[in-house]
Amino acid sequence: MPIISVENLVRKFGKITAVDGISFEVEENTIFGFLGPNGAGKTTTINILCTLLAPTSGSASLNGHDCYRESAEVRKAIGIVFQDSSLDKDLTARENLMFHAYLYNVGKFERRQRVEDALRFAGLEDRADDLIKKFSGGMKRRLEVARGLIHRPKVLFLDEPTLGLDPQSRAGLWEFITELPVKHQVTIFMTTHYMEEAEVCDSIAIIDRGKIIASGSPQQLKKTIGGDVIYLKTADNKKAVMELKRLFDGAVSEKDGEIFLSALRGEVCIPKIIRELGDSVLSVRMQRPTLNDVFLKLTGKEIRDESAAAGDDIKEAVRSYRRRHDRG
Amino acid sequence: MIEANAVYVIVAREFKKFVREKSRLISTIARPLVWLFMVGGGMSRLVPAGGGVSYMQFIFPGILGMTILFSSIFSSISIIWDKEFGFMKEILVAPISRFSIVIGKAMSGMTISTIQALIILAFFPLLGLKIGMANFIGIILVSALLSFSLAAFGIVLASFYDSYESFSVIMNFIVMPMFFLSGAMYPVKLMPAILQVCAKINPLTYGVDALKNLIFPFEKGAMSPDFPLLFDVSIITISALIFVLIAGRAFERKG
Repeated sequence: MPIISVENLVRKFGKITAVDGISFEVEENTIFGFLGPNGAGKTTTINILCTLLAPTSGSASLNGHDCYRESAEVRKAIGIVFQDSSLDKDLTARENLMFHAYLYNVGKFERRQRVEDALRFAGLEDRADDLIKKFSGGMKRRLEVARGLIHRPKVLFLDEPTLGLDPQSRAGLWEFITELPVKHQVTIFMTTHYMEEAEVCDSIAIIDRGKIIASGSPQQLKKTIGGDVIYLKTADNKKAVMELKRLFDGAVSEKDGEIFLSALRGEVCIPKIIRELGDSVLSVRMQRPTLNDVFLKLTGKEIRDESAAAGDDIKEAVRSYRRRHDRG
Repeated sequence: MIEANAVYVIVAREFKKFVREKSRLISTIARPLVWLFMVGGGMSRLVPAGGGVSYMQFIFPGILGMTILFSSIFSSISIIWDKEFGFMKEILVAPISRFSIVIGKAMSGMTISTIQALIILAFFPLLGLKIGMANFIGIILVSALLSFSLAAFGIVLASFYDSYESFSVIMNFIVMPMFFLSGAMYPVKLMPAILQVCAKINPLTYGVDALKNLIFPFEKGAMSPDFPLLFDVSIITISALIFVLIAGRAFERKG
């Protein structure tokens, strides 16, 4: 049974339809990536799943409970790391974790131990009693992820977890996140608009303008745009092309002194090619399609295209609608 | 349903931050003393003692009320900061009822304000007033009840604003008029009719009046309390209940 299932979910803010009839499922203890450009509807979907927002129509359920009608049950089963930090800057790391443990009613015998474990897990034992305002962005994110796990949730939501981090902390955070499903028996639901970061996901759904336009594993999605491309230079290109054509029937061509051919699994083809051509091979390189290529093919634009400011307009419109209509 | 663990930890957080923030503590103690000795000291030359009570003694319950008003509202307004800096989300997604959050915040205001009222109460002997143990305990209980009610009122205010620019609006157009129209500086019965109406719908009026009842119970002249003590306490209790219900509703609303 999937841990999250969403059916025909719609959410409107006034005239804007932020989420437009999406459906998907997430299997337990996997990493699920919810990708899309700014303003595509990612945060709205997360807010509905986290019980912070009511859907206009359709349904979402988590761990067998409806996210709107059984919000109390759903809240017990989830941990969340928001896009913007939700730590109290005037408290220490340990105090923030303790607050969380009390809030989720962790028993008094486990409380202390779990807080210590979380500090160790975040690699912040020696900074445990420092105020959060002295922490770097990467430290805060690690602490927030560790905090989100204190009450042993079934699903951990990570909304743009690496936003605003430098490349080094970003790499470190991913290493930390990819261990979670095995170490903590938790399902990860993450959003990002860095396509290359989504390679770690077991499955992905791509959302654009409120609709899911593709879903599957990263490998499946990349297959939809064809396989890898192998480029090679040889001592005698003409002869090599002939031999390769015989080996891979067709699809081999030469351009600017370089031979290129596409293959479904490039890494398996390269040894074959070298065995066949022997010493005449001078150099080989392979290019794999990226998720960015997938996105480009599906939408005709780059996910991080700066001119996609239309997305920011939608974001701003949703924000101002919410300011007017729901307080609290 | 109210979860004790959530209420406890919300109060503990506010208390820890209050103790840590020395400047806030100093300013909340300094403000009432400035009013008491500078305004009270000056005005008592101008205003004749009504019966046995000098003007400086007369405003003491009002100054206690002011301390409670400012610190309770300020404590609740911190909700706006929590929203602005994101911490509120951590509380909102937790498996706790909205009423636990409201009760926790109101009790935070109550704890902090009552402590401050106690500190101000230490200046009591300097004014040449005497009270018995029963009345002293009564003052603390009324202070706690009033703090709870005003903190709940502050949560209602905070739920209508979500940026900290609104802080000065609340201070200038709600808190200051509440203070002046509470009978803290001049007896309600001497106010013009229209202001008397305003004073009577002001919850702080009954708090200040209850404190007057406890601090100079036998006063008969112009500076005497305006209402009976039991009436004051009932009104504060009812208003506290109403504010908690409104605040709970305001938190419950989902988009």
